[in-house]
Amino acid sequence: MKILVPISKVPDTTSKIAFTDNNSKFSTDNVQFIMNPTDEWYALTKAIELKEQQGGEVVVINVGLAENEQIIRKALAIGADSAVRVDFDAADAYQVAEEIASYAKTGGFDLIITGKETIDFNSFQVGGMVAEFLDWNAVSLASVLTVEGNKANVTRDIEGGTETVEITLPAVVGATKDLAQARIPNMKGIMSARTKPLTVVVPTSSGALTKVASFELPSKAKECKYVQADNVGELVRLLHEEAKVI
Amino acid sequence: MSVLAFAEVAEGKIKKASFEAAYYAAKTAELAGTEAVAVVLGAASNEELASLGAYGITKVYHANDARFANFDSKAYAKAVSEAANSFGASIVVLSFNPSGKLLAPRVAVRLKAGYIAGAGELPIIEGTKLTAGKNVYSGKAKAYLETSTDKKVLAVSPNSLSPVKGSGTASVEAFSPAVSDADFGTVVKSVDKLTGSVPLTEADLVVSAGRGLKGPENWGMIEELAKEMGAATACSRAVSDVDWRPHHEHVGQTGFTVKPNLYIAVGISGAIQHLAGVNQSKVIVVINTDPEAPFFKAADYGIVGDAFEVVPKLIEEYKKFKAA
Repeated sequence: MKILVPISKVPDTTSKIAFTDNNSKFSTDNVQFIMNPTDEWYALTKAIELKEQQGGEVVVINVGLAENEQIIRKALAIGADSAVRVDFDAADAYQVAEEIASYAKTGGFDLIITGKETIDFNSFQVGGMVAEFLDWNAVSLASVLTVEGNKANVTRDIEGGTETVEITLPAVVGATKDLAQARIPNMKGIMSARTKPLTVVVPTSSGALTKVASFELPSKAKECKYVQADNVGELVRLLHEEAKVI
Repeated sequence: MSVLAFAEVAEGKIKKASFEAAYYAAKTAELAGTEAVAVVLGAASNEELASLGAYGITKVYHANDARFANFDSKAYAKAVSEAANSFGASIVVLSFNPSGKLLAPRVAVRLKAGYIAGAGELPIIEGTKLTAGKNVYSGKAKAYLETSTDKKVLAVSPNSLSPVKGSGTASVEAFSPAVSDADFGTVVKSVDKLTGSVPLTEADLVVSAGRGLKGPENWGMIEELAKEMGAATACSRAVSDVDWRPHHEHVGQTGFTVKPNLYIAVGISGAIQHLAGVNQSKVIVVINTDPEAPFFKAADYGIVGDAFEVVPKLIEEYKKFKAA
């Protein structure tokens, strides 16, 4: 089985979020970038688990500039067999998806596993878009995935519960929590990552369809109103009369 | 031109999130000086379909085809896109709910439309340009995204608007999208609905607890408070990792994201990863023994005190309030 895992680079969760150029650009000052958590913990590790069980190959793909090779090497250290970087500073998810789909068409892949959402734009876009560019079946928010022949059984989140569906491969599966057990790269993985193949390909996508007009930070930090521990009735009153939430 | 809402049905009933999408579509249509219509896939009564009119939809295009009984992103994307093309929609509105999150980007690609995912407020329309705000960086900032494509797709974040129900009814017209059996590649094997408790991601009220409770045997009071309030229960990653609580209760960066009207956090310090999953809640109450707990910085109301004293009192006071 040949599996493609798109990975994305995002600011670390603990980064201070700030903007420059009249609030039009994300400020990268003092920001540490990481592999998007759900791409790493659930999508990539699930792909590796499937390969370990059934044989095959795991390829990671990233759309971005050379500076992204740090997270690509980490994916190789965790256990991907090879990597592809599309040398392109994409302006929106549509361009990213178009690049991934165009590479996927060349590769004979059975499965593409994506993360849930990136922790920067929280938009859940790339998986669905890639599926549509390829005209493949897709399931998102998957917490269980098993593959048998050309069928996959996927348990996905629905409102108020979960649903288990069978889909025919090739397909795109979007991960959510618990799809796989996160792994930390070991020394052997880190050493071998240096020599695993990383291919750089040139971009082919058309223009972006959306852009960020501006960013905005919350106007001020919340002011916490304290209630004394021996006056809990006051909290109930405030929640009812002031906050109007009960 | 028109604005097209996708209204999803489950067992013949239109989902709550879809009424919100319909309302959003109608308000967007007002801004664009046009009308809002809706497309519904799968069986539903005419009365149910017409009820979309109460949220401002004038006409419902209904594909009453049994193959649409279960959500299939590929077939649904074809049908919704065909509806947008056939009925002259320039803007398609969906809910950013579990199925909408997968369907909307597919529809956007089919229509070569600019897509704004998780819009939290009505758009601004200036000529062919549409701009809408959405939360980014897990709620730590907001971005205004703009698109000027011929067709546009918007997915509205659930619980962003308070839809106002009017008295209108929508007319219903049959619609037969050109989908073939081969477009349906998803077969539902089983459904597992959580019963007896309020689903976490849809809850208006959430009571959540963490390591401060010291052990799983102490959750009785949390469950009792949640039951009294009709709230869902949640927990921090630390306690789901050690199996004090089930994984489906874990909220935060790597767990679920919730945005209830009220989030009560008991004995949770408020690590940034936890906040990322809850900071879109309307009101946050923090109960913690440690006055320096970072969660207080994100809280609207705080009690510095021992959960084992405060929570039982809160249950008692809430009962009094309810009885009053």
